[in-house]
Amino acid sequence: MTVKELIERTGFSPICEGDLTREIQSVYCCDMLSIAMGRAPADSAWVTVMGNVNSVAVGALADVSCILYAEGVQPDAECKTRAAQQGITLLGADLPVFDAALKIHQHLLAREDEAL
Amino acid sequence: MSAPVKLKYTVPGDDFTRAGEASGSVKKALKKLGVCPDAVRKVAIAMYEGEINMVIHANGGEITVEITPEAVDMVLRDQGPGIENIDLAMQEGYSTAPDNVRALGFGAGMGLPNMKKYTDEMKVESEVGVGTTVTMRVYIKQ
Repeated sequence: MTVKELIERTGFSPICEGDLTREIQSVYCCDMLSIAMGRAPADSAWVTVMGNVNSVAVGALADVSCILYAEGVQPDAECKTRAAQQGITLLGADLPVFDAALKIHQHLLAREDEAL
Repeated sequence: MSAPVKLKYTVPGDDFTRAGEASGSVKKALKKLGVCPDAVRKVAIAMYEGEINMVIHANGGEITVEITPEAVDMVLRDQGPGIENIDLAMQEGYSTAPDNVRALGFGAGMGLPNMKKYTDEMKVESEVGVGTTVTMRVYIKQ
């Protein structure tokens, strides 16, 4: 499933649109940047409530496909500027972290079934 | 790529908004050189952790990077307070980061362990009151 398909299927709000053709292979949740840095899988959708500029640096360097800010968290202005520079997609959702991640997971499974 | 590519960066101290600039720049350079994505990710993660450590603990420092067809070598030097017990600092979960840093999402005690995990060779030399030098190598698979 691409980032574009995720937006279309879930209604998550685009905050900053980067490479919407990026494939999402998995979903990952963590708010400690030190841990996410080393453990967020490449090509994952990363769900967090840590809306500071460092989340974009971590997401870009860990090579995630997109960052989803849950719980209605709005990333700060610098975050958006940096995401635009890095070409990374930021999304927003009012859902709690678990529910947002579960939704992505369910769509990933559905997409796999469609492909069979 | 034939001749080594050499890059040098100054990491400003106490400025979290700029942390990641050096590792981001190296990541871009490696991608341009056609280095395999796995090695690019390893270098980016290890170097970012090093940058963050310099910002948190050492009031900045200097990073030099040398890229050859075989490997990426990174040397991170700072003139910070030094590490009293390197073995302890290498343990996952051990951190001396202050609360304001933890509030930003750092200070989980994963910096040095992540650097070790994502590099093929790593050496930490440190003297209390003088500074720390971390040397890391990531091999590039052909």
